[in-house]
Amino acid sequence: MATRELEATVRQRQGVAILDLTGDVDSSAEAALQRGYDEAAAAGGPVVLNFTGADYINSTGIALIVGLLAQARARDVQITACGLSDHYREIFEITRLADFMTIADNEDGAVSGAEGSNHA
Amino acid sequence: MAALTRPFRRRLLKRRAAAQEGGAPEREPEHGAVPEQAPVEIAPNDPLLAYFQSASEAVDIDALDLDSPALRELKAAGVKLAVPLVSQGELIGVLNLGPRLSEQDYSSDDRKLLDNLAAQAAPALRVGQLVREQEAEAVTRQRFEQELEVARLIQQNFLPKELPDLPGWQIAAYYRPAREVGGDFYDVIPLSDGRVAFVVGDVTDKGVPAALVMSATRSVLRASAQRLIEPGIVLERVNEHLCPDMPAKMFVTCLYGVLDPATGLLRFANAGHDLPYVKTADGVVELRARGMPLGLMPGMAYEEKEAVLQPGESVLLHSDGVVEAHDPERDMFGFPRLKETVADAPGGQALIDRVLADLEIFTGPGTEQEDDITMVTLERSAGGAMVQPAQNGTVLAEFELQSQPGNEREAIARVEEAVAELGLADARVQRLKTAVGEATMNAMEHGSEYRDDRPVSIRVLHAGDSLLVQVTDRGGGSDLPPAEAPDLEAKLAGEQKPRGWGLFLIEKMVDEARVTGEGGKRTLELVLRLQGGEDGDT
Repeated sequence: MATRELEATVRQRQGVAILDLTGDVDSSAEAALQRGYDEAAAAGGPVVLNFTGADYINSTGIALIVGLLAQARARDVQITACGLSDHYREIFEITRLADFMTIADNEDGAVSGAEGSNHA
Repeated sequence: MAALTRPFRRRLLKRRAAAQEGGAPEREPEHGAVPEQAPVEIAPNDPLLAYFQSASEAVDIDALDLDSPALRELKAAGVKLAVPLVSQGELIGVLNLGPRLSEQDYSSDDRKLLDNLAAQAAPALRVGQLVREQEAEAVTRQRFEQELEVARLIQQNFLPKELPDLPGWQIAAYYRPAREVGGDFYDVIPLSDGRVAFVVGDVTDKGVPAALVMSATRSVLRASAQRLIEPGIVLERVNEHLCPDMPAKMFVTCLYGVLDPATGLLRFANAGHDLPYVKTADGVVELRARGMPLGLMPGMAYEEKEAVLQPGESVLLHSDGVVEAHDPERDMFGFPRLKETVADAPGGQALIDRVLADLEIFTGPGTEQEDDITMVTLERSAGGAMVQPAQNGTVLAEFELQSQPGNEREAIARVEEAVAELGLADARVQRLKTAVGEATMNAMEHGSEYRDDRPVSIRVLHAGDSLLVQVTDRGGGSDLPPAEAPDLEAKLAGEQKPRGWGLFLIEKMVDEARVTGEGGKRTLELVLRLQGGEDGDT
């Protein structure tokens, strides 16, 4: 139940910006998420949202991700998600977020998929 | 008495003036007649009064020697002979005569004649006086009755026409004015957030003035109740409004409480009114809070207290007409007796009936009621269940959370803990957790608007083959936003706000989600089937 404010850090891997999300993806995450995304998208390459460290995602968090997705589509940035638990993966599917971003099983899959499409 | 004789004396003086014309009393005085003089007032403590009263015949004024202002006046006015008009030992007037026109003294025959006249005239005069008094009294009484009628109309007009229907609660009220309508009033005010304000008050004084102050108090109370949350602040505000215009020596005692029907929480403040009684399982307790009556002086603060009415408990608000009723020996009914009655009787309407019955026995049958009697009872149903299926279920957890962002996490953790014993599959627990989180957020945000005074209560029940989680807010039953699937395309294109996922998610996470609104609170009930339900694993 302990809340953990989101930390969003960016690292580069094979031309793909990986945004590691650690903590809660809820309304308190807005500023950190936006900062992280801006940094990750600055290079113009694909962005992977790594949810491995995100234990809690609620509807407000979903709304934030929808917001990021809208920004990405406007600038033609490709978004991939990875590290989602079964439960949150289901939620991404129910909310049809999965229709607008690739859901990878893990980081490797996300990077290779993103890399591939980036070069395509 | 001196005042009563005054109009008659004036007439006698007129007659005297006429008599001086020489035995033609019906004729108007002619030119040269002695001018009429103002009647002489005899003060009640003037010794002349006692002298006249005991005199058995006409009195020679010049021969009289008393330290009497009235006597000096009579002498100065030239009165020679005074014939007291006494009826049944009571001096009702005096016939004053000036000097005879012949300048001779009054003869013994004259005096005898005058004494006979006085003996005849006095009773007749007395009858005339009595008739006049009665006429005046009748007019006064009629005016008084009319005033009472006006007061009654004002009172009745401002009492609630009907009491709100609060599921899980019984509200009853009783008001009976005394013949001389006092200033009692009560009110039940549904507030916009689902809570209900209760008022019992008493204006000092009776009749129209009390009724007018009562109506003003009620209006200010009603207005303040809707705007302000804290009962103490409400009374403070009402006091500030009333003070400038309050007639001298009048004030208002008033008990003001706000009940949250969902939780039984009663917050109250008291402006010098009789303390309400709460009938609990452990006996009868008084609800104490300090405060001065309203309208006495500005700048008063009112202590605010709270109490929780548990299922089966009952509170009685009352006016002093109950405890200050007297028996034939002039003993008062009193607080201890009332407290005893509250302890013995069931709550609600039955309690009111019991108090009235006890009062009648105490005062004796057919006794005229001395003061207004007002009682209001709130009784929380013993079942106390907010939502029907709960009555058959086992409560796994029940708690309340402050409406603050982030507190949904506590709701999630506590529900998870509560359902651990059911051994649900992890995927189902995860779904339930998300649904509980969303339902709680929704309740805190849209229902309780993240207000400190509107907590969210959560109950977890195991009923039959279902797990129920009831999330109740104080949103006053306003509609939930529609739970239709959000239009992701529109959101992504920036045509819609990115939010609006909560209810959609809830519906997808549980087998059933239903909303019930009762008495200003709204419950979102999440249902998870324990057997035969879809597995939900992905």
